[in-house]
Amino acid sequence: MNQRLKYIRMAPAILLWSLPFAFLLVFYFQPLLANFRMAWQATTSEVLASISLKVITQPLFFTIWQAILSTLLTIIVGFPPAYLLAKYRFVGKSFIRLLTTIPFIMPTVVVAAGFNALLGPKGWFNLLLQTFFSLDKPPIQIINTLGAILLAHVFYNSTVFIRVVGGAWSQLDPKIEFAARTLGASPLRVWQKITFPLLKPALLSAILLIFLFNFTSFAVILLLGGPKFSTLEVEIYIQALHMLNLPVAGLLSAIQLLFTLVLTILYTRLIKTKTITLTPRDPEEVAKPIKGWKQRSFLVGTMSYLIILFVAPLFSLVLRSFLLTDFSRNLDGSTGNRFSLVYYQELFLNRRESLFYVPPIDAILNSLYFGLITVGIALFLGFLAANVISSRSRWGKLLDPILMLPLGTSAVSLGLGFILVFNTPPLDVRSFPLLVPIAHSLVAMPFVVRILQPVIASVPRGLKYSAMVLGASPWRTFWQVEFPILFRAIISAALFAFTISLGEFGATTFLARPEQPTIPIAIYRYLSQPGGLNYGQAMAMSTILMIVCALSIILIERLKLPNIKEF
Amino acid sequence: MLSVKNLHKEYENQPLLRGVSFDVHQGETICLLGRSGSGKSTILRIIAGIEVPDSGDVYCDNQNLKDIPVHKRKFGFMFQDYALFPHKNVFENIAFGLKMQNLPVDLVDEKVNSVLTKVNMQEFRHRRVADLSGGEQQRVALARALAPEPRLLMLDEPLGALDRNLREQLMDELRLLLHESNIPAIYVTHDQEEAFTIGDRLALLNEGIIIQNASPEDVYKTPKNAWVAKFIGLSNLLEGVIQSTQPLIVKTRIGDFSINTKLPQNAKLGDSIMLLLRPDALSMTDSNLNQFQAQVLDDIFLGNQWRVKLRMSDLEFSFLVDEPISIGSIIKISIDPNQINLLQDEK
Repeated sequence: MNQRLKYIRMAPAILLWSLPFAFLLVFYFQPLLANFRMAWQATTSEVLASISLKVITQPLFFTIWQAILSTLLTIIVGFPPAYLLAKYRFVGKSFIRLLTTIPFIMPTVVVAAGFNALLGPKGWFNLLLQTFFSLDKPPIQIINTLGAILLAHVFYNSTVFIRVVGGAWSQLDPKIEFAARTLGASPLRVWQKITFPLLKPALLSAILLIFLFNFTSFAVILLLGGPKFSTLEVEIYIQALHMLNLPVAGLLSAIQLLFTLVLTILYTRLIKTKTITLTPRDPEEVAKPIKGWKQRSFLVGTMSYLIILFVAPLFSLVLRSFLLTDFSRNLDGSTGNRFSLVYYQELFLNRRESLFYVPPIDAILNSLYFGLITVGIALFLGFLAANVISSRSRWGKLLDPILMLPLGTSAVSLGLGFILVFNTPPLDVRSFPLLVPIAHSLVAMPFVVRILQPVIASVPRGLKYSAMVLGASPWRTFWQVEFPILFRAIISAALFAFTISLGEFGATTFLARPEQPTIPIAIYRYLSQPGGLNYGQAMAMSTILMIVCALSIILIERLKLPNIKEF
Repeated sequence: MLSVKNLHKEYENQPLLRGVSFDVHQGETICLLGRSGSGKSTILRIIAGIEVPDSGDVYCDNQNLKDIPVHKRKFGFMFQDYALFPHKNVFENIAFGLKMQNLPVDLVDEKVNSVLTKVNMQEFRHRRVADLSGGEQQRVALARALAPEPRLLMLDEPLGALDRNLREQLMDELRLLLHESNIPAIYVTHDQEEAFTIGDRLALLNEGIIIQNASPEDVYKTPKNAWVAKFIGLSNLLEGVIQSTQPLIVKTRIGDFSINTKLPQNAKLGDSIMLLLRPDALSMTDSNLNQFQAQVLDDIFLGNQWRVKLRMSDLEFSFLVDEPISIGSIIKISIDPNQINLLQDEK
């Protein structure tokens, strides 16, 4: 009897707690399972016999090949700044820190557009060279080459390396290295015997994470690699949406998912074993001031290439969005390049009478609408999930790793799964409007939980209990005690979810209806169409998206939460 | 053996060391004593080669160490929080320095075992260092520093992270070990009790210079100035003016004191000076010299003596006496003229 009463009283809590599980089950596992089912059908049916195996092996090998190359390059680029940030104090350190957060939530489409604005055939650098040397063709031909892909991947992932490895390095007590030195170890042997072994877990997890990100890269390959290059992600997209060959897409997706699953499991394993107990350090010895010309030139050199790598593409984007080129000939007959707001004004006009053409402003409104819904869903479910995890119950231990799975899952596979599962009304990709924000929420939830969970766990239980003892109902306890403490974390999480939704491209390509594009989809459409006006509008729209994301980053940094270092 | 000459070092534009010089002789343990932040550890780091002084030199066996890198100095260093290698076990930690000398495996094994025996940690050979208690870690750190038989051992607050009981126990062990090993040592601490127990010689560091460098007994009997006296726990200090030199009489707020000890060099009639009333200076017997009235504020039983806190005029003093005195009473006391030190001011 008593037992029964207990369950009845706990029923609302159980119901709330089960929501994140249910959400994941329906909107994450079900679609992915559908991909596997489709893959299974493909292997057993005639489909496989009808296609050349090359459709699968070529993208697979290229995916692995570019991921290895990108990862190696990222390590080379990321190593000096990681060392610099961990070991030295210098003017501009916090600026560099802020710089390294930019790529974290800068949408792939924006970055791709940025590199295009910098080095593309219509990029300002090529325009400048052409004007300067009176050339007919753009001299720099990097877009649609492997080089462009690698460059964008380095842009994205070197910050992961800097943050993960630099973070671990700054946690390393320099006294341990000193001790080794006084015991007769040369600097080289200190590195071999002490520093490297101690950094190895962080290095490995950074490399795995970077490899995973490169492996599942989609927009960068699609926008910067051009038609010549196809990774598994791109091939899934092509097979599903262009060739309408769902079985092959499913098969590719299954391969992709298996790979990412293994990588994710390896990564979470590593994260767990990483902890080496370190004694508290004397802050004055950890970061040293820069001294001597060697260190100074190292600092200047590293800072310069970091600034160029991170700032140049984004700066180019802004520059190019105001730089009116051949389009001007059509309008007023004048030639040459000049600065103008035309591309921005064009965003608000509907020039074409085409039925499928959507005015750019609509894409912006769509994105905002989806973004707000994503914030709602991700915050609500993320908050519940964070509470479940903080409860340290069996369910929490189960949910914690499961919740992180979407992080490593390819967005394209998720999109494909949605198409396969949700094809009957009311839950139909073609009509149900919430599937886009639901997919975005899946991507955003791991971040939301990672931000909220530590803060929730840090709220002393006594606080809640004393409020209840003082006569506050659970509802009032939440609003008057917990909520004010969690407020900053909630804002931070909301911003994160919002920016993720604004920038999400992979899943959205599958789910957004043609007449309801989001900003990234619109940018992609503009970029893939010829003409100066389209290009300019892509630049203008990317700039707007970039500024919104940059503002979010700055706000999140201002809120100073220990958030994005580890996930 | 080791000679430190005129070290200067600024830290963030504040002078930290302003001309530190001292010697360490073979087989001797010197304690660098000073408040935290006084630059003691910096001196050790300079000697080890981890930090570079702005000016000044360190000589070892008459060789200037300026251009000798840390790992070739053959000095042992024990850090306050031990800095044990977290990814290596006890044996590997201790063997590290020996392996750096490229010694054959069996010799390494032998030496590690012998040093483990010395610190009484044989059965911990294969433990992970993270699983050791603070005291055990301390022993491993000491063993690690001793194993390569360094020319000089430096210990930076080696007992600082331990609780009191353990500290006292390890203090005695450390003292024995240091004397047995005959390795010259520099021992940095802010704890005067530790310094008195361990040091053959004390070097007291304040405001970037060494104020006094003498045996513990000398420091205790004749502290160089009021700062030293206070630092080693002698706090019955009193300002005065030299009234007469023969006989030596000093005028203070409490009254005139006749004094039987030496006047510091350079002090002359009319100079202001510090009086240090030693803990044993109090006597209750009627004597004509240095008689005063005092109120008993407190009387604390210490085991074989009592510590009595007295108020004289508006000042408080404490003395050691052999018999209890009732708290609150007003008594007549006299101060032994042989138990008063005259100290120069802190300046």
